[in-house]
Amino acid sequence: MPTIFGIPPQALFGQLLLGLINGSFYALLSLGLAVIFGMLNVINFAHGALYMLGAFVAWLLMTQVGIGYWWALLLAPLAVGAVGVLLEKSLLSRLYKLDHLYGLLLTFGIALMIEGLFRHLYGVSGQPYPIPRELAGGQNLGFMFLPNYRGWVVAASLVVCLATWYAIERTQLGAYLRAATENPVLVQAFGINVPRMVTLTYGFGVALAGLAGVLAAPIYQVSPLMGSNLIIVVFAVVVIGGMGSILGAVLTGYGLGLLEGLTKVFYPEASNIVVFVIMAVVLMIKPAGLFGREK
Amino acid sequence: MPDASHSRSAMLEIADLHAFYGESHVLHGVSLTVRQGEVVTLLGRNGAGKTTTMRSIMGIVGKRTGSIEFQGQQLIGMAQHKIPRLGIGYVPEERGIFASLSVDENLTLPPVVKEGGMTVPQIYELFPNLQGRGSTQGTRLSGGEQQMLAIARILRTGADLILLDEPTEGLAPVIIEQIGVAVRKLKQRGFTILLVEQNFRFAATIADRHYVMEEGQVVDMIPNDQLAQNMEKLHEYLGV
Repeated sequence: MPTIFGIPPQALFGQLLLGLINGSFYALLSLGLAVIFGMLNVINFAHGALYMLGAFVAWLLMTQVGIGYWWALLLAPLAVGAVGVLLEKSLLSRLYKLDHLYGLLLTFGIALMIEGLFRHLYGVSGQPYPIPRELAGGQNLGFMFLPNYRGWVVAASLVVCLATWYAIERTQLGAYLRAATENPVLVQAFGINVPRMVTLTYGFGVALAGLAGVLAAPIYQVSPLMGSNLIIVVFAVVVIGGMGSILGAVLTGYGLGLLEGLTKVFYPEASNIVVFVIMAVVLMIKPAGLFGREK
Repeated sequence: MPDASHSRSAMLEIADLHAFYGESHVLHGVSLTVRQGEVVTLLGRNGAGKTTTMRSIMGIVGKRTGSIEFQGQQLIGMAQHKIPRLGIGYVPEERGIFASLSVDENLTLPPVVKEGGMTVPQIYELFPNLQGRGSTQGTRLSGGEQQMLAIARILRTGADLILLDEPTEGLAPVIIEQIGVAVRKLKQRGFTILLVEQNFRFAATIADRHYVMEEGQVVDMIPNDQLAQNMEKLHEYLGV
């Protein structure tokens, strides 16, 4: 059997695919974090909990109401977005004049509360969520076997990330967003309702986390801790990409997912720390992140 | 566009305006009037409260009391983002050009609030320097060009009162001359302009009246045609 650097191609591509799947979630989550940080200057520690909430909403819709995956893909992000809007209006909006640290502490507290609630209600063991019928099975690509659902996750995440990037960098709404990130007072003085824009931005950012949660449900089990396991890596991704950089968040998300996959092939012992090693190196060489602007 | 037949009615009427930044009391009972079609300047030394008066009109000062009426509508207590929508265009000091936006995006950022704003070709006619620079990053323009862009982007919106905060600050005489020409053209088009200036030589070439501010109060009003008689007094006010 042919090998690549002594590795069977099945194993190599299998790990690369796993890396790409992880990268898809890193990208979706760090994109939301970057959008929120850019506009609100809040490091949203509740992001992992809201990702978990998205998965749980999908699971509850399925088990309690009988609503399946495709509707959940729409409804769960809307529900998580609505929770985000409430959180922003009632709590976060009080903190903007204070140091970043307060936003981080508040959202960390919110994350603990949401996770605690779901642990109390559903325990820590995962709940299974089936792959939708339409995406069962897979394709034999010759060099590897590609499960349909995983292909779908990668494609969906790419489309959502690109659409978000386009909306922010190429539309009038995005111009408002970028301008308000830079100088909210002046944008308001042109007649734009900036506080409402901030609320909706937070809602949109966490809705992306909710969407990632639904996409993740059939791959990982739906569990109250699924978010806290992921969010630490995602924060490392955001730091490496550069806080507030949209493109940086997306590219770094996929890139690091792939790199993790490769590490699993060539040096599995390091696969859990490779992202953090890179973070340390980036912080030493380019503290604002690979795509961040020095302030 | 303002109607010339009403050119003598008060467009902006400020009475007994007090403004605060946190604990510090910055404006102490400012009163002034701007009539439709006029160009009125606020003169005064640094820290006299000129910029704060502008910011108070736009609602971007922590706390303010007294009265600011624009076309009969009270601005104090009004939601901040609604004030510009009445037809007030703000050109802040230091221009406020956005680095993350291209020149085109900067130009089209402020939403149109009323009919009758200038079209983009008309704006290019007024500021030829901006033409063909559309995809350049906003802050890569020269200081003078950024000032032109800051004025230009307000002209699209249909605002009929323009607040111009120190448009000549830090600019070369040639550029100041160009800005002056543009402001005079805007006056001819019927715009009403409230101008903050340190450079009263520039102000004298375009304004109808001058209010002099000192320590958060209006201390004098000098019509432009009486400027010559009042030169000595003015030198004293401005410390030049």
